[in-house]
Amino acid sequence: MLKFVARRLGVMVLTALALTFVVFYLTNLPPNLEKLARTEGSVRMTDQAVASWIENNGHGGSVFGRYAQWLGVAPGWKLTDGKGVTRGRCIQNNADPATAATYCGVLQGEWGFSTVFKKPVLESVLQKLGSTGWLMMWVMIVMVPVSLIMGVLSGMREGSRLDRSLSIVAIATTATPEYVSGVILVAIFASATAGISPLLHEWGWISGKTLFLGTATSAMDKITFWNFALPVLTIALYGIGYIARMTRASMTEVMTQQYIRTARLKGVRFRDVVLKHALRNALIAPFTVIMLQFPWLLNGVVITEALFNYKGFGWTLVQAAGNNDIDLLLGCSVVAVLVVLVTQLISDIGYVFLNPRIRLA
Amino acid sequence: MTDTTWDPSKPILEIENLSISFFTRMREIPAVMDFSCSVMAGESMGLVGESGCGKSTVALAVMRDLGKNGRIVGGTIKFKGRDLTHMGDEELRHIRGSEIAMIYQEPMASLNPAMKIGAQLAEVPMIHQGMAKDEAWKLARQIVADVRLPDPDRILQAYPHQLSGGQQQRIVIAMALMSKPALLILDEPTTALDVTVEAGIVDLVKDLGHKYGTSMLFISHNLGLILDVCDRLCVMYSGEAVETGNVIEVFDKMRHPYTQALFRSIPLPGADKNSHPLVAIPGNFPLPHERPKGCNFGPRCDYFQDGRCNAAEVPMFPVPGDDRHATRCIKWTEIDWDAPMTLKASKPKTPIGKVVLKMEDLKKYYSVSSGGFGSGTTKVVKANETLSFEAREGETLAIVGESGCGKSTFAKVLMGLETATSGSILLFDENVQSTPIQQRNTDTVSSVQMVFQNPFDTLNPSMNVGRQIIRALEIFKQGKSDEERHARMLELLDLVKLPRAFAERMPRQLSGGQKQRVGIARAFAGGAKVVVADEPVSALDVSVQAAVTDLLMDIQRENKTTLLFISHDLSIVRYLSDRVMVMYLGHVVEMGTTDQVFQPPYHPYTEALLSAVPIADTKVIRKRIVLEGDIPSAMNPPPGCPFQTRCRWKSQVPGGLCDIEMPPMRTLAGGHQIKCHLSDELLASMEPVIKIAAE
Repeated sequence: MLKFVARRLGVMVLTALALTFVVFYLTNLPPNLEKLARTEGSVRMTDQAVASWIENNGHGGSVFGRYAQWLGVAPGWKLTDGKGVTRGRCIQNNADPATAATYCGVLQGEWGFSTVFKKPVLESVLQKLGSTGWLMMWVMIVMVPVSLIMGVLSGMREGSRLDRSLSIVAIATTATPEYVSGVILVAIFASATAGISPLLHEWGWISGKTLFLGTATSAMDKITFWNFALPVLTIALYGIGYIARMTRASMTEVMTQQYIRTARLKGVRFRDVVLKHALRNALIAPFTVIMLQFPWLLNGVVITEALFNYKGFGWTLVQAAGNNDIDLLLGCSVVAVLVVLVTQLISDIGYVFLNPRIRLA
Repeated sequence: MTDTTWDPSKPILEIENLSISFFTRMREIPAVMDFSCSVMAGESMGLVGESGCGKSTVALAVMRDLGKNGRIVGGTIKFKGRDLTHMGDEELRHIRGSEIAMIYQEPMASLNPAMKIGAQLAEVPMIHQGMAKDEAWKLARQIVADVRLPDPDRILQAYPHQLSGGQQQRIVIAMALMSKPALLILDEPTTALDVTVEAGIVDLVKDLGHKYGTSMLFISHNLGLILDVCDRLCVMYSGEAVETGNVIEVFDKMRHPYTQALFRSIPLPGADKNSHPLVAIPGNFPLPHERPKGCNFGPRCDYFQDGRCNAAEVPMFPVPGDDRHATRCIKWTEIDWDAPMTLKASKPKTPIGKVVLKMEDLKKYYSVSSGGFGSGTTKVVKANETLSFEAREGETLAIVGESGCGKSTFAKVLMGLETATSGSILLFDENVQSTPIQQRNTDTVSSVQMVFQNPFDTLNPSMNVGRQIIRALEIFKQGKSDEERHARMLELLDLVKLPRAFAERMPRQLSGGQKQRVGIARAFAGGAKVVVADEPVSALDVSVQAAVTDLLMDIQRENKTTLLFISHDLSIVRYLSDRVMVMYLGHVVEMGTTDQVFQPPYHPYTEALLSAVPIADTKVIRKRIVLEGDIPSAMNPPPGCPFQTRCRWKSQVPGGLCDIEMPPMRTLAGGHQIKCHLSDELLASMEPVIKIAAE
């Protein structure tokens, strides 16, 4: 088991290197750098000035060299200009070049400086990641149990009325994109003029104007049921349908297996057939899907975060991409790559516990 | 839960006029009609019939587990006097697993892959007797020891996939016995197992039946097995019981034409492809919704009389003087049951010609890496070890052995699907051992062809039969034009005795036997000289087996084909082969003519194999030799003789030679070869396993 994890970690490091290099290469394509030069320097720079700006700010040279610097395995660039001022990758503003470190890359914790937020990348990424983390956690808390219960209930008696009703719900929610369900939810629950809020207010059931808050900005300071329910529900609804369908498919297949008949003909109660004999086997397939939801959530929350004005990771990614903020973009991709790889490792290890036929060498 | 009002002298299970139907959107399909039988306490009842005759449906009806579409439409099933057909779910649950238990055909599929063996066993008494967990596990351990599994503690902690097929079936049996049921239903319990393993399971079931006084309902298509296990039997045909009675009486004095035809189509000792050919039942099994009026067997029956047999439903007639013997034949008093079989003209023996295939010291090793990422240690699986033999024109060479003995690997190497590790294969004086099939020329490919085991999977489901045969002709570069190939295709259909109209049919419209005929036609499309038949009839029903076997023999006679017949079924091997090669763990342990192999002296493995095969003849006396344990893994074969771990003669060899040294291939009188350390005197002293009692 330990050997397996060690080997997987090795493979993960290689994958992370490859993936970040791809992102680095794409974000550092010459047109991007020219754009950067014009935004940082002046829009009216000549082509020649742009070229020298790129050269003087450490964006020249081979892409591998720059990648190694960014990673922190090659010494950062240093340049003394005509005025005798030494600038470099590792030299903070007005700091003494002599005391600066030789290596300063991602590995040393130097993730660069965000041109959009005017803050170190690491700081803004971690902060936004925290916000999205809360959103993800609540989404998972709502989505996983609800979808698994729905899937198991509909899969245990295929074709029953319960199955058909739950399947309709699942298909409907997963067929509705977040920007539609989000708007509908806001209209129904969070509008002072439409939906059920005016009625409830009239009857005196709620003290405020609306049942829920239509914006989640205040949730960044303090999460309450009132301000966080709608964004969580919007994301969860989509995932619930998806996972419920997967679980149902897996459950119906398991219920037709011969060992389920064996259990039934042993005199096991139907409830125990489902819980003790079918469930573990039926969860093998959806487990992988659930773990795949984490990376999806991380990047897929863009629309919901925009809709509810919640400044999280997805929102940051959009800002970084829209403003050609190369360091921030790279920082986001490192985080995304790490989340994907770690969840996949967890999923592989969890799989072993669910399925005794798989043994890790 | 024992019902105190039940009188033990009454039948424990009484099925009366049971009718079961399956309901589809289109129509109602009657699966079982007017079925009656009763099982007394401690008695074992056999249900025999071909696939689709409704025997499993009866078993599931007793368990009341017919699924959503199945329904009991008439009759009663009384268990200990209580009617099961009108029981509620809760009441049924108390009977299932505690009073009636079931053993299934596929042990691997019927055990929960994600639960430990111990938990699956302990569950039964915990549900039915409310036993505490510790106690239930203790009982499980005891029962596991009872079913003669080694190291019960390890087994209880194991998952099903860690056990072999035979061990899994013992666990399923243990599970059924956990609450000492009054009735045990066994649905083809040994069909998925090897013969030597089957013999062990059958012995176990019989012993446990006596020990616990359990009644049994034993479902099988194998008449020999029924004779071994059961006291009474019930022969089913197309949803009806056609004959029922005491096993000995039904076997010796059958009173229904179907039973008679069934016995004539199975190869019993004494049958011979040339002088006593098998008699196949003509025609096909009727589909459930196309059953004829009157007697269902009518259209295929030799004694059919128009206007009588197809006039009205035939009731069961009791046979007076016998023990509860009854038959569903309206003419049973008129038929002369002792009349000898009208023999088909005996056919001349095929002359055996020159050598067409010669293998010398053929070896095939596979390397298997055990690590997940290729960095683990590599192990070598020795699938074939020093195989040497030759096959002649017009000869049938049977290759016999249990699963994992390397017989299919050998076929793959010969076909060129794999290349040999070392040694040589001479095919018509051409070396082919290291030529994969892609590099063989069309002549070689078309002259060595294969007939596969499972006819259901080997035909392309979306191409009609004629097209598939023409495709083979195109590949083999037969015929100059499409017309010529079409004509040749029709000839091939004639050759395999299929109507020419079948060329337009899709594979799904064909029965199993017909599909296998198409497979044979395809194999012979390029005028094959050597045909490897890999268990060609084992997926087919008994009555069809005879017809397909006969067909193969006829084609062989006509084309002087060399037939390599791979099989685990020794009865059919004895019937049709000229020479036999017995394999065990990649080694040829015995080789000789059919008579030499089936008569002493035997190799100890052959002896055990022969004794394990059930024979459906009351006059045959078999010596029981049950092998202990399972076949060792080919990854980790024992040192010395491969068979030493299970050999009952091992102690007779001085100096522990079996443990140390691989025995040499010895040639006895008449070219009979045996790979064994036993001395000549001991070999000569062996007694025949099968004896036919004097009448």
